[in-house]
Amino acid sequence: MSATAIESISTDRPGIPFTRLLSVELRKMFDTRAGRWLMISIAVLAVIAAVSVIAFAPDSAITYGTFGTAFGVPLNILLPVVAIMSVTAEWGQRTGLTTFTLVPHRASVIWSKVAAAVIVGLVAVVFAFVVGALGNIVGAAINGLDPVWDIDLAQFFTISLSFILALLLGFALGALFRNTAAAIVGYFVYGFVLPAVFGILAAFQDWFKDLQPWIDFNFAQTPLFEGNMTGQEWAQLGTSGLIWFVIPLTAGVLLILRSEVK
Amino acid sequence: MITVTNLTKTYGPYRAVDDVSFACKPGAVTGFLGPNGAGKSTTMRIITGLTPPTAGDATIGGVHYRDIPNPGTQVGVLLDASAQHAGRTGREILTLSALTMGLPMTRVDEMLELVSLSPSESKRRVKNYSLGMRQRLGIANSLIGDPKILILDEPANGLDPAGIHWMRSLLRTYADRGGTVLLSSHLLHEIEVIADEILVIGEGKIVAGGTKAELLKTAGTYVQAEDASALSAAATSAGLTVLPSGEGLRIEADPVQIGRLAAEKGLVLTELRAADGAGLEEMFLQLTSETQRDGVTPLAAEQTTGGVA
Repeated sequence: MSATAIESISTDRPGIPFTRLLSVELRKMFDTRAGRWLMISIAVLAVIAAVSVIAFAPDSAITYGTFGTAFGVPLNILLPVVAIMSVTAEWGQRTGLTTFTLVPHRASVIWSKVAAAVIVGLVAVVFAFVVGALGNIVGAAINGLDPVWDIDLAQFFTISLSFILALLLGFALGALFRNTAAAIVGYFVYGFVLPAVFGILAAFQDWFKDLQPWIDFNFAQTPLFEGNMTGQEWAQLGTSGLIWFVIPLTAGVLLILRSEVK
Repeated sequence: MITVTNLTKTYGPYRAVDDVSFACKPGAVTGFLGPNGAGKSTTMRIITGLTPPTAGDATIGGVHYRDIPNPGTQVGVLLDASAQHAGRTGREILTLSALTMGLPMTRVDEMLELVSLSPSESKRRVKNYSLGMRQRLGIANSLIGDPKILILDEPANGLDPAGIHWMRSLLRTYADRGGTVLLSSHLLHEIEVIADEILVIGEGKIVAGGTKAELLKTAGTYVQAEDASALSAAATSAGLTVLPSGEGLRIEADPVQIGRLAAEKGLVLTELRAADGAGLEEMFLQLTSETQRDGVTPLAAEQTTGGVA
């Protein structure tokens, strides 16, 4: 046998299945100190939110909805950061050099990251709802009240959806900027600066008031928390989501697929 | 077999890789030698599909890198030992690669042992690793899938002399078993120690290539004399070609001729030997001084001082 035959490349071996990539990406979210603490802080903040409601809210506000609003704040800030860091670490820490040589099909890597981030997000959301429920029961018992369950199943799903949308938006910004700081700043501008700007604009300009639900992704998500979404509200979620989520994600993914990994 | 054909990569007007062609044979260690910024890393990133080429082609065993299924099990790659998450342990980095490739976890321990990273070292975070330890980890990572082809960018950088010899024997054994190795270095000494075949690259172009023996074989004699200019004049008037070489001269003649010439003219020689390797060294020094920006000319120095004042 000649030496050339010994080292020839085989192209009929099995490739890397998606499930394996997914488990690797999930592992990468927890195997650094930064990643682990981010996950722990989500859990801890959900508990702190519930305890704060019990400690500070008046009796009339001890309802499941109040607990939901309380844990919503840390989730809305931290879940996007989880998603952002899963993408940007490949560039910031330059691990992409290894990742993309082991898996040259970059799209597979991106979708496994999306799936891993969504799984982590769903687990965090369910955990927060459970902590909120426990808080509601304990809070009602301490104050001698009957627990008030003012979130129905439909709302549970639409509220969960809003957290996953926030996480996906973070992912899109991470893919677009490929830089942790820029993506986080981008997310805060989107989440905290734009609503104020759009609010002011809507207050003074009538033409914008009608347009706002169609283009403002934050605004279009508000009905998700109230439940009973109308067809028009879903359509508004769709058009604003196209602008704020689909376009940045597509641009980010195209950049990742074509750019040079250094 | 790694085959690179008319490869070109431009960044605007800058040609990082300029019409480069070469082939790396199985059973040999091919050394890619060139000063920093010569285009070695860019060429290697193109071969591994990380950088799209502007023109030309690079294949491994006739296949584009991105078309190799589970490539880590067929081609081992180390492009930058420092490009690892500082917060992961060495063991974790190997574990992630083994999981991606679908290898048993016993490979992680085998590789750690192969590159002499102790169990306690493997549990430390990479940010606490020396460059030499990162290189060993990177070598382990490139070998974990038991590939037949290795592509290593500056793997000896940061290794101590014992580490360089360790790498030589590791890669020697690997090539002797039929493996193909392409490794780069900006140090002639490292390439001389490790490689069988040498490719010299400067400013994006291949300027020389061949077996180490061919490239190191230089006609002529290396000589140092107490009065170098007198010897140079004597040799030139005898019709010999005289070139400056390091501290001394390289004269295209046999050592015995130069010895006789010096005796006739009564010149004192301080060194006289066959000029093996001197040609490669001259060429490499010239390449380095052309491309390295820190070689300050008197005029440039003057202008710089003037600018500061």
